[in-house]
Amino acid sequence: MKTCGATPGGPSLDDLLAKGLDVTTQTIIQGVVLRDGDDGVPNGTPAASAYVRLLDRDGEFTAELPTNLQGEFRFFASPGLWTLVVQAPGARIEQQVTAVQGIPTDLVISL
Amino acid sequence: MLRQSSLVTAEWVAKNLNNPQVVIVEVDEDTTLYQQGHIEGAITFNWRDDLQDGLIRDLISKEKFEVLLSKSGISNDSTVILYGGNNNWFATYAFWYFKIYGHQDVRILDGGRKRWELDARPFVTSAPARIATRYVAKERDNSIRAFRDEVITAIGKLNLVDVRSPAEFTGELAAPAHLPQEQGQVKGHIPTAKNIPWSKAANEDGTFKSDAELKEIFIGAGVDLATETIAYCRIGERSAFSWFVLHELLGVTKVRNYDGSWTEYGSLVGAPVAVGA
Repeated sequence: MKTCGATPGGPSLDDLLAKGLDVTTQTIIQGVVLRDGDDGVPNGTPAASAYVRLLDRDGEFTAELPTNLQGEFRFFASPGLWTLVVQAPGARIEQQVTAVQGIPTDLVISL
Repeated sequence: MLRQSSLVTAEWVAKNLNNPQVVIVEVDEDTTLYQQGHIEGAITFNWRDDLQDGLIRDLISKEKFEVLLSKSGISNDSTVILYGGNNNWFATYAFWYFKIYGHQDVRILDGGRKRWELDARPFVTSAPARIATRYVAKERDNSIRAFRDEVITAIGKLNLVDVRSPAEFTGELAAPAHLPQEQGQVKGHIPTAKNIPWSKAANEDGTFKSDAELKEIFIGAGVDLATETIAYCRIGERSAFSWFVLHELLGVTKVRNYDGSWTEYGSLVGAPVAVGA
């Protein structure tokens, strides 16, 4: 898969483990937002400063993050159904996810 | 009229980038994004490093605020434009803070960093060199700030507005979902508080909704705006956003921000707590 340096499935958990966070107690939704490459290959360059919004099962805002330079984002949610809304100049994508505790939900979102 | 004195559009900022009367300040809890790119001419305040006392939990002193603004080249008569990420949470916190210390002309960039970026407007990476001033602040105006004892006294009597997400209000989450869920406070909310999330007042691009929509959000939730209102969240920045909506956009005079918020209240021994919707 062509990813231009982005990690498929979102950021490594190493930084959390280094901080002593017990990942098994967390319900993590994370991923990477990618733009299609110029050559039409999916999963092209990381989309830095896209905005990823987390909505609860009732559609209410819960959190929002800009993606980092690698196009990555990470939320600490609770188990259940969530909706992600990704916004970038000229683009808006909605995606539903089901999160579980202890096993990060890893996403690759292409704009 | 209220919007004109406390809110500016991205178009207005773009036209005033070289206006010497205007000082643009990006405010956030993490200023990494400022380093990666910001509006031309903007300086930055870090919510933690610049606006928190650091030793005790409080705002910085009047003297430190004067030093901060003086070295930043902000004069008493400057038009200060505040913006940031996080849907302007920390920018509106700084707005409330500027009003605490009596700054006359301070305004929010509607939509903040997000609207600017979604419009594909340019950012620069160079920080401006500004000439130092001698800023003189006023004594703190605590009429727009609520303290813990006042909040406990307000239970069942005044409007308590919890502007956190529904998941935090009910006790499902301990913090906004971009933070790890290991917090020192108990979960839940202040009894009799109404949950009116800050996000209800904002469009998806981070700009404020219309005055009519804003008024309906609070009145529709059963808040009598003629009665005194105290807004709170987790650390006082999202509630500063809602305080800004009520005080600056809707012209509600009897509204205060409880900046101690849930990180203080949820740690108080013996303080009553409610859970669920």
